[in-house]
Amino acid sequence: MKALYNYLKEVAFAFVSLANGLLLTLKYFVTPWKSIITENYPDNRANPSVADEFAGEVILIHDENNEHKCTACTLCQLACPNNSIQIISKQVETEDGKKKKVLDKWVYHLEMCTFCKQCIDACPQDAIKMTNSYELSCFDRSTLTKILNQPGSKLKEKPKVTAKVQE
Amino acid sequence: MIQFSDVLAWIHQLLSSCMAPWLVFLIELVVASVAAVVALLVCVIIMVYMERKVAGHMQLRHGPNRVGWHGVCQLFADIIKLLLKECFTPTRADKLLFVVAPVLSLCVSLLALAPISWGPGLVLWNTNIGVLFVTAISSMGVIGILMAGWSSNNKYALMGAMRSGAQIVSYELSAGLSIVAIVALAGTLNTGGIIESQANGWWILKGHLPAFFAFIIYIIASTAECNRAPFDLAEAESELTAGYHTEYSGMQFGIFYLNEYINMGVVSMVASTLFLGGWQPFYLPFDFGWAHAFNDIMALKFMETWPAWISWVSLAWPLVWFFGKLFLIIFFMMWFRWTFPRLRIDQLLKLEWKYLLPLSIVNLVIIALIVVLGLHF
Ligand code: SF4
Ligand code: SF4
Repeated sequence: MKALYNYLKEVAFAFVSLANGLLLTLKYFVTPWKSIITENYPDNRANPSVADEFAGEVILIHDENNEHKCTACTLCQLACPNNSIQIISKQVETEDGKKKKVLDKWVYHLEMCTFCKQCIDACPQDAIKMTNSYELSCFDRSTLTKILNQPGSKLKEKPKVTAKVQE
Repeated sequence: MIQFSDVLAWIHQLLSSCMAPWLVFLIELVVASVAAVVALLVCVIIMVYMERKVAGHMQLRHGPNRVGWHGVCQLFADIIKLLLKECFTPTRADKLLFVVAPVLSLCVSLLALAPISWGPGLVLWNTNIGVLFVTAISSMGVIGILMAGWSSNNKYALMGAMRSGAQIVSYELSAGLSIVAIVALAGTLNTGGIIESQANGWWILKGHLPAFFAFIIYIIASTAECNRAPFDLAEAESELTAGYHTEYSGMQFGIFYLNEYINMGVVSMVASTLFLGGWQPFYLPFDFGWAHAFNDIMALKFMETWPAWISWVSLAWPLVWFFGKLFLIIFFMMWFRWTFPRLRIDQLLKLEWKYLLPLSIVNLVIIALIVVLGLHF
């Protein structure tokens, strides 16, 4: 008897929970103006809502003095699973006669990027980030290979560590 | 009031007056079947559009809205696309069976249309085994599926076909038992007769709760029989791609797709015939004055005194009810599809063998008691 009761209870509960699900979708169905969350993208180009976390293309951050923070350490290049990053560096001589490696070209192959953000995680200098741009398609494949460092930009010098003033 | 039978008799006389009897028979046969298929195809077109819109709205998106007004021409664009695609046959497949399979399953689903009564007197084949014929024929659909899976020379297709086959064969039982329940109540297998027997109320009301349970069981079982979600195991995207029609492309795939919708149409026609009174308007099964008045309004009795041309309009009244119920049940099936997650194969077979079948047997016993004791209205 107990078993039969449990059996019937199971069936009844199943129907109640199914009905709950049905009611939810029915609510969505009959109130489309409230529930539809599609972005009407080509119709509404002006202000579609794109989440800040949305990962579009990679950019190299430049500040107002046209300075970036990339030390050309190539960690991002190593981290990228698709080889879509090429860091081309060059040797320069500083005023005090030392040889130093600086960034020449930060080459980014957007067509090979899977937007996985691993390069961002790998960068120790926080020199790069991903924008939330989404209109990345184009007619010419070659335009997808980008040089990310702006012409004339240079490495942002770290503020010199000065001895603390004793009080 | 003009009835469909009057119109048909008039057409028959007109043809007989100028042709040999065998020619009349042939012409009537062809015209009637073409009319039925065209009506069904129009239903399918509406169904496919409706499914996309229902799916869209239930999943918080628009559905098609680019081709034509609110996307109404989307389906025609799809048909053109399917027609333009090439139909491949895999190497070392069984060519003959591969080509025959979609056509066979289409024929089977169309055959099931024959004894269905569309309106008073509107029936292709008025036979006293109508419901039996539909159940027998619709279980033949599994042949086409197994054939497609077997002939594709593809493991996935074969496995998908076996799974669909297992599913269709097992759910056939509960569907059959719930059909038997109503046949017992109505006392006839003729679809027209079953509909006539509901002239004082639909069986779902007159048969008390057991008839309602039978209706629910029938809807669940026939959803499974049509291979529709949440029972569309054959379609499980990750492991079986598209089940038995994995290898089909172009219009051969299109025929399977069409077949799914025709099956849905047939199943809901049977459901509306058995449980919801077919083309009968909504009648109350009570013996009060107000209930009679309500029934008279539903039967459009008040139109009898109106001018004659109105009775031509009232000819559409049964069709409105018939197609209204058809689309109501189809809406239910779509609603299930876009609400419930897909079942696993063991859950699916458990649902049938542990729950639906025992419950429908008990239900049938109760219905038999109701019939024997004459407890129904
Ligand atoms: S997001 Fe991923 S794929 Fe793209 S550049 Fe960075 S590491 Fe490479
Ligand atoms: S972007 Fe970051 S990780 Fe890549 S080379 Fe520059 S400093 Fe190194």
